[in-house]
Amino acid sequence: MRLDQTARAFFLTELVSGFMLAMRYFFAPKSTINYPFEKNPISPRFRGEHALRRYPNGEERCIACKLCEAICPAQAITIEAGPRRNDGTRRTTRYDIDMVKCIYCGFCQEACPVDAIVEGPNFEFATETREELYYDKEKLLANGDRWEREIARSIAADAPYR
Amino acid sequence: MAKIVVDGTEVEVPAEYTLLQACEVAGVEIPRFCFHERLSIAGNCRMCLVEVKGGPPKPTASCAMAVKDLRPGPNGEPPVVLTKSPMVKKAREGVMEFLLINHPLDCPICDQGGECDLQDQAMAYGVDSSRFAENKRAVEDKYIGPLVRTSMNRCIHCTRCVRFSTEVAGVPDLGAIGRGEDMEITTYLEHAMRSEMQGNVADLCPVGALTHKPTAFHARPWELAKTEAIDVMDAVGSNIRIDTRGREVMRILPRTNEAVNEEWISDKTRYVWDGLKTQRLDRPYVRVNGRLAPATWQQAFDAIAAKVKGTNGKRIGAIVGDLANVEETFAFKQLMGKLGSPNIDCRQDGAALDPSLGRASYIFNPGIAGIEEADAILLVGTDPRHEASIVNARLRKRWRQGGLKIALVGERVDLTYPYEYLGAGPESLAELTGNGTFADVLKGAERPLVIVGQGALARADGAAVLSLAARVAVAAGAVKDGWNGFAVLHTAASRVGALDLGFVPGEGGLGTVAMTNPGAQDVVFLLGADEVDVAPGTFVVYIGTHGDRGAHRADVILPGAAYSEKSGIYVNTEGRPQFANRAAFPPGEAREDWAVLRALSEVLGQKLPYDNLFALRAALVEAHPHLGRIDQVEPVDASTVAALAAVGGATDKAAFVPAIRDFYLTNPIARASAVMAECSALRLGGTAVAAE
Repeated sequence: MRLDQTARAFFLTELVSGFMLAMRYFFAPKSTINYPFEKNPISPRFRGEHALRRYPNGEERCIACKLCEAICPAQAITIEAGPRRNDGTRRTTRYDIDMVKCIYCGFCQEACPVDAIVEGPNFEFATETREELYYDKEKLLANGDRWEREIARSIAADAPYR
Repeated sequence: MAKIVVDGTEVEVPAEYTLLQACEVAGVEIPRFCFHERLSIAGNCRMCLVEVKGGPPKPTASCAMAVKDLRPGPNGEPPVVLTKSPMVKKAREGVMEFLLINHPLDCPICDQGGECDLQDQAMAYGVDSSRFAENKRAVEDKYIGPLVRTSMNRCIHCTRCVRFSTEVAGVPDLGAIGRGEDMEITTYLEHAMRSEMQGNVADLCPVGALTHKPTAFHARPWELAKTEAIDVMDAVGSNIRIDTRGREVMRILPRTNEAVNEEWISDKTRYVWDGLKTQRLDRPYVRVNGRLAPATWQQAFDAIAAKVKGTNGKRIGAIVGDLANVEETFAFKQLMGKLGSPNIDCRQDGAALDPSLGRASYIFNPGIAGIEEADAILLVGTDPRHEASIVNARLRKRWRQGGLKIALVGERVDLTYPYEYLGAGPESLAELTGNGTFADVLKGAERPLVIVGQGALARADGAAVLSLAARVAVAAGAVKDGWNGFAVLHTAASRVGALDLGFVPGEGGLGTVAMTNPGAQDVVFLLGADEVDVAPGTFVVYIGTHGDRGAHRADVILPGAAYSEKSGIYVNTEGRPQFANRAAFPPGEAREDWAVLRALSEVLGQKLPYDNLFALRAALVEAHPHLGRIDQVEPVDASTVAALAAVGGATDKAAFVPAIRDFYLTNPIARASAVMAECSALRLGGTAVAAE
């Protein structure tokens, strides 16, 4: 008992094995990323910040059917609708999402019959005040314009499974 | 009665029942689109197919096959109807697939979505996919007026709208052209519908082909709170449902009440809601140097108190408008009593109705449903189509059953059914007390009915005309055991309730006309009374909802609540007390009228003894027990009519004029409504063509 303890202490076995472990991980591929400069890949089904999309001709997709408002379990969506001035089509006059209430369940994009409201790939929308998280239609449409390429790619990638 | 077996349950139903009705008696639901209880049978949607034994060996349209058409079995067994057999399931799925061939799948943008018969039945009886890959039919949308929006791609050709406008409304504007897939519902020349009940076609439409234009796209059925209320646009007291979202009234729909409005309401009832949002009085005003200036409640009350305190009660008057409920009228009357004023009146138009004679002298005695039992009807100075569209629909329903003779004394109007025109004024009415063609018809009738309108009563000789009409009724034998055929048709929702409370001039008191004369009164309180013109020099306190005539004349305005914003009892023209719930809240600083009166009474030092609406209602019911029996018409003493007939009096020769000239603009709420204004302009402008 005392002999092998002495031998291990003499040959620094534990120190060496610990050092070996450290070295193995030192040379192994890293599991962390340098976040603001590097990002993990995300799934096409990722549910991030909301966006309202447009058709390629610039026409907004949303038809004010209010299905997203109806299905929203957190009641984060508020819609007011009416006939649009110039052509009398059914459009929203107000489309608000309270991003503080939102639980990012993705039901709104599931319910949407025209793929207008989507949860895009963006997850970096932290704000300094709560008020900035009360999104209105303008903000959501701007999101849609900014993220359209990524959103369209995600939808296309996910399409075979739907 | 005939026996029939529905899905193994034997039921006994009248032999003329259709299979669909027999199935309903047995508690089996049959899907349907074209069938409607109050319309004729069309049998063209084929959704109600059932399998029968004892009939043709194929699926049978149950709405068009009567129980008596089926043969009994070889040993006398009752015929058998199967509604859940494989044949029925296959038939329903097939019919649904055919219907959906041309029906667009645009539920998300369709206003009917969420309350659509086709949507519901496709879920219940349809299949999950379509085999139809070809193009769908495309139909141009039609202009059929400012109230009903069309989306004709969605039409499934049930023809309910055509049958409604032809049969119930009696203005056959809608029709169908083309056959089969090419059939289109249209007003032929793209003119607006001319019925006062056209909104009902949108309710009847089982799909979203006809929807309500003023509410287009504004709300979904699932986000609306539903409140049961009573309409105040006319004296029929139609049962309505007020749908609200948040604090806002979004739409008004009918409720079924067989005794009153069946399931129809007039367009004014249905589309007046936008008037509830505009021109509202949301804070008190006091006239300073000839201009109305915003004020606080305290300032307004102080201005009234300063004026009233030094005034003799006999120089104070009160007029109740057309939209007040019974509770606030009761509180108003008590307040005036405490102020010592005998000058109270609820008859803005000066109609000569005297409640002291008895209730039978001013209500619609046979009841609205009683019209269906009448076999000869005399209309006196009334245009029921515009004064009470729902009553006119009932008259037309009775006329369609046949064997009815109708005559009119008064202005020649289009009532949607033919009538014999007897003359324009009281002279023609007087002839009916003797012998004449129509006098004999009335005498020979089992249940003659005399309907007197406000146009005949709101004139100097009104009392004599009313008595004369009663004489005609008595001479015709309209008042007898089990039948009282003397009917007064009111135009104001508040009128019968206020007459029940005795809101008429007391001992030595002045009526509306005398009160509004110059120098007659020092102070006049108007409770929503907008149809009167108070002479200059009188201090006018207006308690009301809209910036209308009354408010413009007022020296102090106290903002009140509209009918959707207060709970209360209304008594309709047949004397039926009905209870309305509150659907929304008054805007801004406005308060419920009874509360305004209660607060005012305290400022005037004549405190009314109730602190909440329930206490007020309890006091009301204690004083007038019949108003507590909701939806029950109190039996009246028929001898009152004979007493009324004995009143007599001289009538002049002037012709009767209808009480309502512009159907769409009869009260402050309607006058504030843009939709009503559009309808009115369209009506006055004659036949309108398409907007394009």
